[in-house]
Parts: sequence; structure tokens; C-alpha cells
Amino acid sequence: MKTVEEYYDVVVVGAGHAGCEAALAAARLGCETIIFTVSMNSVALMPCNPNIGGSSKGHLVKEIDALGGEMGKNIDKTYIQSKMLNKSKGPAVHSLRAQADKDAYSMTMRYTLQNTDHLTLRQAEVTELIVEDGVIKGVKTFSGAIYHAKTVVLATGTYLKARCLYGEVVNYTGPNGLQAANYLSQSLKDNGVELYRFKTGTPARIDKRSVNFDVMEEQFGDEKIVPFSFTNKEEDIKREQISCWLTYTNEETHKIIRDNLDRSPIYAGVIEGTGPRYCPSIEDKVVRFADRKRHQLFIEPEGEFTNEMYVGGMSSSLPEDVQYAMYRTVKGLENVKIIRNAYAIEYDCINPNQLKLSLEFRNIQGLFSGGQFNGSSGYEEAACQGLIAGINAARKCLGKDPVILDRSQAYIGVLIDDLVTKENHEPYRMMTSRAEYRLLLRQDNADMRLTPIGHEIGLIDDERYDKFLLKKEQIEKEIERLKHVNIGANKTVQELLESLGSTKLNSGSTLEELIKRPELNYECLAPIDPDREPLDDDVAEQININIKYEGYIKRQLQQVEQFKKMENKLIPDTINYDEVHNLRTEAVQKLKAVHPHSVGQASRISGVSPSDISVLMIYMEQMRHRK
Amino acid sequence: MINEFDTIAAIATAVSNAGIGIIRISGSEAMEILVKIFEPYNKKADVYQLENHRIYYGNIKDGEEVVDECIVLIMKGPHSYTKEDVVEIDCHGGVTVVYKVLNLVLKNGARAAEPGEFTKRAFLNGRIDLSQAEAVMDLIDSKNEMARKNSMTQLKGGLSDKIKQLREEIIYQIAFIESALDDPEHYSLDGFPEKLLEEDKKWITIAKEMLDSYDNGRIIAEGIRTCIVGKPNAGKSSFLNALLGEERAIVTDIAGTTRDTLEESVTIDGITLNIVDTAGIRDTEDKVESIGVERAKKEIESADLILFLMDTSVQISEEDIEILQRIRDKKKIILLNKSDKATEESGFEQSALKEYISEETPVISISAKYGDGIDNFIMELKNMMFHGRIDVNQEVYITNARHKDALAKTYESLECVERSIEAGMPEDFFTIDLMNAYEKLGLIIGESVEEDLVNEIFSKFCTGK
Repeated sequence: MKTVEEYYDVVVVGAGHAGCEAALAAARLGCETIIFTVSMNSVALMPCNPNIGGSSKGHLVKEIDALGGEMGKNIDKTYIQSKMLNKSKGPAVHSLRAQADKDAYSMTMRYTLQNTDHLTLRQAEVTELIVEDGVIKGVKTFSGAIYHAKTVVLATGTYLKARCLYGEVVNYTGPNGLQAANYLSQSLKDNGVELYRFKTGTPARIDKRSVNFDVMEEQFGDEKIVPFSFTNKEEDIKREQISCWLTYTNEETHKIIRDNLDRSPIYAGVIEGTGPRYCPSIEDKVVRFADRKRHQLFIEPEGEFTNEMYVGGMSSSLPEDVQYAMYRTVKGLENVKIIRNAYAIEYDCINPNQLKLSLEFRNIQGLFSGGQFNGSSGYEEAACQGLIAGINAARKCLGKDPVILDRSQAYIGVLIDDLVTKENHEPYRMMTSRAEYRLLLRQDNADMRLTPIGHEIGLIDDERYDKFLLKKEQIEKEIERLKHVNIGANKTVQELLESLGSTKLNSGSTLEELIKRPELNYECLAPIDPDREPLDDDVAEQININIKYEGYIKRQLQQVEQFKKMENKLIPDTINYDEVHNLRTEAVQKLKAVHPHSVGQASRISGVSPSDISVLMIYMEQMRHRK
Repeated sequence: MINEFDTIAAIATAVSNAGIGIIRISGSEAMEILVKIFEPYNKKADVYQLENHRIYYGNIKDGEEVVDECIVLIMKGPHSYTKEDVVEIDCHGGVTVVYKVLNLVLKNGARAAEPGEFTKRAFLNGRIDLSQAEAVMDLIDSKNEMARKNSMTQLKGGLSDKIKQLREEIIYQIAFIESALDDPEHYSLDGFPEKLLEEDKKWITIAKEMLDSYDNGRIIAEGIRTCIVGKPNAGKSSFLNALLGEERAIVTDIAGTTRDTLEESVTIDGITLNIVDTAGIRDTEDKVESIGVERAKKEIESADLILFLMDTSVQISEEDIEILQRIRDKKKIILLNKSDKATEESGFEQSALKEYISEETPVISISAKYGDGIDNFIMELKNMMFHGRIDVNQEVYITNARHKDALAKTYESLECVERSIEAGMPEDFFTIDLMNAYEKLGLIIGESVEEDLVNEIFSKFCTGK
């Protein structure tokens, strides 16, 4: 029988948020790339919440954009509401979040894929990996077609052996009733890949016309729009926004849930997968936080041209009849019509400890992976891994070293390091508290941190890079100038300070010193700074933050210096941990499982103690001398 | 977090009241620290400009207060043991002063060195011969094990609980802040800073109390572990009372002791004895008593010094011989009690002891009842200390210094939180210092941070879609 046989540089399996970034990056770097999707209608699908960004996830999107990825641009084109969260908190935790028009998001991304050079989008299910002597050679599809490749990126999301459950109902499908991928798991196992089984869930989608919004609190978007992409200005993307709505569960809701717990597949023990603790279903919330009288719910539009609305805060796997009963206890949802049921989904993913920091499998050369397949959760977490996996898959084809971002450079670095290094028993979600250098890894300065890297990789063109350099120069120049602008204690100055609720000056000061006062900022001092040149908002923001938090920033920079020293102590690939005397057995096992890249990474493995690290360093020194 | 490149300090000599004690500092900040605490004899001299590999005489000062006169040796890297900048401070004021200087060094920016850390640095910086690598690893391994055990055993129950409680309270507040930052539409921080300030002030008070108790030596049993043994009625209690009753003696209760044995800490002329009074050690059928006997045997095992009280008003008994055999290898002083009573009548033959004790072992006649001979005992004790004949458990001092360092840094961090709140800083800044405090407290009870915060957030706060 004749089979189709094609040759590519990079094959990407799955066209979700990870796959799209991976394929676009590889193609843009000049590699002939093909991306497979089980359905052309599920490219960049958002099968759960209808938003992009949020706390720490917004940081990830900004970083993706700063490196030359697509997510930021795509959401800027398709958002229907935008909000900067935590505005009253410190700049490190300001987080941008946008409601997406789901269909528009998906179609816009598909359009981008289809119009990118060197990229082919193909509907087919990949069923088998072709591996020879520990090196990936390509993939096989359900029809038997063979796609030879130099490198492969797996981004199968929640599709591997997926099944969706609510109550007694079990559907052997991926999200939204889409076809599951039932064969690839076996091929992975055959190639020695260790699999985990995780679960997650989603709430019901309801008909807008059946909701009484009059009794809910309207949630507006921000007036000032901050784009996700550094290439956009506010005026480029400003639009009329669509509101979300706030309502609450109540005692009656909770009673119905408690009375029907035995019919939940999780509580009945039907579900084997491990679910995320941070994203509990409403059943979990009612059980674990029994003292809470109500839980808040956000009713969010799924798009501009659909009546479907998402019931944020109420994911569930209870039976259909219970779902109707419980949703209808909620204020404003008394007559609600469900369009899609809430469900839990179970799927295969890998133990990410099998990966290197480049997201390449340690034991299968040329095979990379990203996204929920790696045990993470969330669109943004997926996208950023896809981007890195795609970049590194392409670089491998081009004979270049992989790009690895560390914990001091980006949330992306924190995320990948956590996945690859630490034990992970639930879908991993990003959080700002996971970043030890949070003050440096702000969403506002993602371009300062990463655009030079994106340019070097080749995903940021010269035009964008020149604009970036100009911005950087403006910031540096202005900060320097402010240090030297002396302000006398004259009447105008004193009056301005008084009007801003700030103490008057006793003697002269500089503008820099004044900006440091908590109640003042760069903007509000403009009246006493006649020589100031007009600057863009984002430039002014950088100036303000850098001056105001200089002390804290310096402190973190010093910590980073220490951190780098340990990261730069690389552990040779050839190390045999069994030979290291005095290393405790537990440490040997853990080190063998993770195979850390540096002493710094080794120190983050749970079960490896500081004295193990000392012993390891001495052993390495000994090895170095013996050579 | 591993700090391989910061500045470390430790006491480099055996901790005893013998003459000189050396504090060694190594790392890039060694000179900066010296500048802050050392005033050379030639007051005009700039400490930064002091010459390499030379010895300088001057005062160690804590602010305006002179802590000790000392000699300072400066060895700039790479021409030093660790190849880093090394400063050695030789002080001569005995245990208390050496300890005080170390704490001063820590307060000014050094970190208390881990066991074997100087040697490790020397090795990693290429100073030590390759063949010694195994030995260095052994050293780190064994010393860490020892330090860990010490750290746990020296912490009297009460303190460990207090620290755990404090850590729990701190992590809860961090988790609350983080949950609110993570899910601001769910958890509000309105009015939170005021509440946190109240909590923080409470924590500061607790940290201060703990810190003070370290200074008073009430928490860790530093000093010479001393065990009084002897038959019942040999006069152990009277002797103890006589000792405690000395005008020179400073008696401290050791708080939170969980032992049933009587334990007293007494400092005489700068020598601290931690005295355990034991039950007899004869074999017995009585269940309760046999537990006491077992304990007594253990106390003897772990003691640095044994005081054997013998009743000279009666003959040497089998039980005495048994004790003598058991303490054969221990450092000891034999106290012949009841010297007020004539021994001729009792038939007590001192010469019979020779078989069981070496010539060096001091034998002193006392009358615990009338306080006679106590002076001789104290003189002999000092004599033994100064000739290094008693080994003091050095780890105790080192652990103590490390704990105190950690507590001081906890205290500092909590104060930073207070300042941040009062300055109206955004809430996310509080967690930086709160986390520091949490981490430092963990060092004392041997717990690291790992995934604590994430676990706390997920278990205590309800977030998510």
C-alpha cells in the first residue's frame, strides 16, 4: 500500500496555544514547519475561561510578546474587555487581563498560521512517534502517512486519552466534544516516556437571554486600555467594551451540592486524575471551605456574536439535573438555560522531570514538548512553553544552542524551571509568588528584559528593535536628567507640594528625590519641571518605577548576582551520581531523576539538602582537577 | 537558598575560657565588617588601608562601647586560607567575650558559618590539595549531621513550639496577601495593612523576647555539661546548694527543661556549669528507680565533666566502685564530702581510689554542709579549664551563634515590615520581608521553605475559576 510521505524541519503536534506559538516561531525562524490539529475548527481554542492574562498570566503574555510570540497581538485584536488588576498595589503585581471573543481569537490565530511563510496547517491525528536510536525521526498519522522531521514538538494539550465526565455520563472525547487522541499515549510509553494522569474542569455555558442581569453587579472594563503587545499603542486597539456580571452562590446552592455529592464522579471515585487545588470545582469549594456562606460568580460573555456566557467560579462535574438545580438557585439565574454542560476532563500528560530546561526530552533527541502535555494548566502557561519549545526545536535544526531563560530573567524561566526541576502532582499554574525576583520581572518591563533576546533569536525584526532601543535610551537619559534637576524651596514648589499632600521642602532637593516620596510621582511634578520633553506613557511609567523603587530593585539585583553564580556552575552531562561519596541516597535518586543542568538547579530539587550541594560541588571540583 | 559567596564568620579556636579566642571572617565583606567594629590603637589609621599580613592592636567596639582589646590579622585574598579576604580577631576575654565579638561580627553583615564551611571554601577555591577532597566531604557530612542533631536537641521544647507558632502565623498572612494579589476580585486587602501592623508588632515583641533570652543564655545549655554522681545521702544536694549559695555564683533557671532530673546552670568566675543531679546508679528491681538509673547512666555518658561525691563517713561501697568504673574515662573531680567528720572512725580509705583514677584526677576534701573546700574546688575547676583539660561541647556555641543570628535577622525583617506598612508601601512589598523572617525562623528549627507558601495559599484560601 502506498502511503503519503513528506519531509519537514519541524513537526508540531497540536494547534492549541502551545502548538500555535511553537509552529509560528519555528516557521518565522525559517524552518519548514507543519502543524497538526484534530480539527481545523479548534485552532487556538479556548475551551475554558474566556479571558487571557490575569495575575502572573498577564506577565507571561507580555513576555511572549517581548520575545516575538503571537498571543499578545492576537488578544489585542480580539479582546472585548480589558482590565489592569491590582492597580493599587505595587508595580510588580499589576496584571493585565482581557476578555476575549473566543471565536474571533481562534479564527484570527488560524488566519495568522495560514498566512505565515514556511508553515503548513494540517488536519490529522498523529498516532505514533518515529524514533530511531533515541533520536526523533518524524511522526505517523492515523491514516498511515509519514512526516519525516528533524525535530518534533508535542503540544497535545488535554487530548491524550481524554474523557469528559459529569455525573454518571462519560464521553471519551477531548474538550468541547472534540475527538480525543487515543493512540499517541501508547507510542510515548513504548518510547519510555513516563505519563501522569491529570484532570481539570469547566463550568456550564448559559444563554444570555435567560439571565436576569438587573440583580447582578456590572463589571466594567478600564477606561485606559493597556495593550498586551508592545507593538500596539492604546489608540491602535481602543474599542467599545462589553461588561461582565457579578453574582453569588448561596446556602441553597450549597445544600443541593452537598445532597448530591455522591453523584459526583470525583467523590464517587470514578475520576483517577489529579486535579488542581487552585482551581477547585464548586463541589470542592463547598466541601473544603464549608464555613463560607457564598462564593462569587462572574458571568462573562464568550464573544460579541454569541449568546453564550461563562459562569466563572462554578465549574462542576455533577450530573446534568443537579447542574440545572444548582445554577438556578443563583440570584439572576433563576430561569437559566444551559447551552453546554459543566464537565471535568481527564487526560494523559508527562512527568516534566524528563525534560531539559530547553524543553527537549532528555532521552529522545530532537523531541520537544510544551503546554498542558507538560503538566501545566492555562492558555498562557501553554503558550509560553510552546514558544520556547518551538524556538529550540528550530534552533536544533539550525545547529544552534537552545535558548534557556532563567528565574531572574522571566516568569517563563520560573515556570519551566519549576516544571522540569520540582515535583509536580497537579496541573501547574503560574503565580507571582513563585517568582523570587518578582520586583524585577514586572509586566511593564518585559520588553526591557526580553526584547534584546527576541531580536538575537530572530523573532524581533530590526524595525521593532530600533524602536525598543530608542525607548530604552529615553528612559535612561531622563532618569539621569532627573537626578540633576535641582528644585529650590520657592513658592511655586511649596504650593505644589502642599496641594499634593506632601511635606514642604526645608532646603533644595532634586526631582529624583521628590519622585521617591510615596505620595508623589513623575507625572504630578511636571509643573515644576519646565525642561521636561514630552514622553510616551510607557516611557514615563518606566522612569517612575525605576526611581521610586530603586532601593528594592537594587536589593533584588544583588540577590540575582548570587543566584547567577550558582546557575553558572554547570554540572557535566557525564556525571555519575552513584560515584559521589557522602551524597545521601535520597539525593542521589532525585538528582538522577532530574539530571540538573547547574548546581543552582540542583539546589532547588526537593530532597536535595544544602550539605548535599556542598558535597556535589566538591566532587565536581575534584573531577575538574582530574581531567 | 544556597549562599556560597557571602561573608562568613565563626570562632576558630576551641571555645573555652582558655586565654585567647579567635574569630575568623572570610569573604568579600570581611574588611567592611572590620571597619565597622575595629578601632586601631593608632586611631588615625584608616582600617581599609591597613597592610596585608600584618598584625594590628586595638579595640573591638560595639558603637561606643569597647567589647574587648584585641589583635587583628588581615589576610587579603588570594593569599589566605580560603583565598578570600580573611580577617582574624584574637580576643582574650574568655568565652563570653569571644561569643560577644562573634555576634557583633554577625550583626555587621557576616553569616554564621556552616560546619566545615571554611575548609569547603578553601577547597573550592583551589587552596587544598585534591587528595583531601574526600576528607572535606566527610567533614561536611558528619559535622552537618552533628549540627542538625545539636540544633534539635539544644532547643528546649518551649522555644521550638514558639517558633513553629510564629512561622504559622507569618505564612498565613503571606498567603493571604498572595491570594489577594492572585485573585484581587475575590480577596480584598482593604484595611489589611492596619491589621498586619498589629500582628507584626506582636511578632516583633516575641522575636525580641526570644533574642533576649538567647543573650541571657537561658535557651541553649551552653557551658560545661556537668553531672553530679554519688550514692544517695553522699551530700549531692548540699553540695549543689553550697555551690549555688556562693556569692560569686550566678544561678539561672533553664526554662522549658523537659528532663525530670534537676538541672541548674551556675556561672562562677566566667565558667558556666550546667549541673545535672542524678539518682544513684546501682542496679535495682524497683521499676521507677530503674528508670532513674538508666537516665543517670545516659547523663554520665553525655557529660563533659563528672563530679563524684563520696561520703567519707562510711566505707567505700560496691556501689562507689561501680560508679568509679563507669566514669573511668570521663573527665572528673572526686569530692570527698563530710570532711568535718573524722574518717579514721568510718574506715574510709582514700588510697583505695588509686586503682580507679589517674594521678591527674583532682581529689578534693569538702564539707558541703559547712561550705568548706568549695574554694579549692573552684580553683581546681579553673585550673582544668585553663589547661584545656575539659572539652567544652563547641557545637553548642556554634549552634547558639547561628540561632541568634537567624533570630536577629528575623527581628530585622519584621521591623522592615513595620516600616513598609507605616510608609504606606503597597502590600506586595510586605511579603518580601515576611518571607525572609519565615525563612530565617525555619533555619532554627531545621525547616526549609520549599513549597510552603503555595501549599498554604491552596489550603487556606479559595481561589479559581
